[in-house]
Amino acid sequence: MTSQGLAPTRRQALRFTALAAFAAVLAPRMAVATEEAVATELEKLYAGKSMAEGRIKLDMPEIAENGLVVPINISVESPMTEADYVKSVHVFADGNPLPQVVSYHFTPACGEAAASTRMRLAQTQNVIAVAEMSDGSLFTTKAQVKVTIGGCGG
Amino acid sequence: MAITAKPRVRVPAEAKAGEIIEIKTLISHEMESGQRKDSAGKTVPRNIINRFEASFDGDLVFAADWFPSISANPYQSFGYKAVKSGEFVFTWKDDAGEVQTAKAKLTVA
Repeated sequence: MTSQGLAPTRRQALRFTALAAFAAVLAPRMAVATEEAVATELEKLYAGKSMAEGRIKLDMPEIAENGLVVPINISVESPMTEADYVKSVHVFADGNPLPQVVSYHFTPACGEAAASTRMRLAQTQNVIAVAEMSDGSLFTTKAQVKVTIGGCGG
Repeated sequence: MAITAKPRVRVPAEAKAGEIIEIKTLISHEMESGQRKDSAGKTVPRNIINRFEASFDGDLVFAADWFPSISANPYQSFGYKAVKSGEFVFTWKDDAGEVQTAKAKLTVA
């Protein structure tokens, strides 16, 4: 890529606009496709078992200014004893190219079922988290995150 | 491709027995999602760290399966209940099966 004059810049700008328009048309369809993909993943993991609300907290910003790096904090109320602990938490995003985000595997040695990381969000969407307890019970929560600049593509 | 980046871990040097400490980890890695196209229009193949594990004195304490939605230079924090003095071993494994590790000692009063 040369830096001679304005011509490459104008071409880049045109291409960006065209891509943005194309992506805008594509985006809603992308979101629907991933909503179905999330449902498929949940089915694979839990085979239609019922999920209760509560106990699991998903802490994310309401608005993500940079879709490349969005903090996501998970915490689940649990005594984390051998008799009663959080086995796993699976996190999904219904508007990213792929539905799975992260799966956490806890042990009683953790003392608390809490974990933080940073994720990419391609567009405004829901992030869904499901906690599976040692007794097999499931708890779920979700958060909608508005994204101003998406962070999944080139 | 080996994971050459040196990871950084933050573990308190000391803790009281029964105290829950927060462990923070960070490793430099592109976490190439497999969604990007290069300047020639070709899709850049996926290459991410897909598994993070933390063990204490040989027992697995915490593990995370990372997918392409995890940001570059992946950060991971989690809790640990201090019981006795010992050593943590942290491992990061990528799509090619390459591994990187870090260790940290914990002294429990």
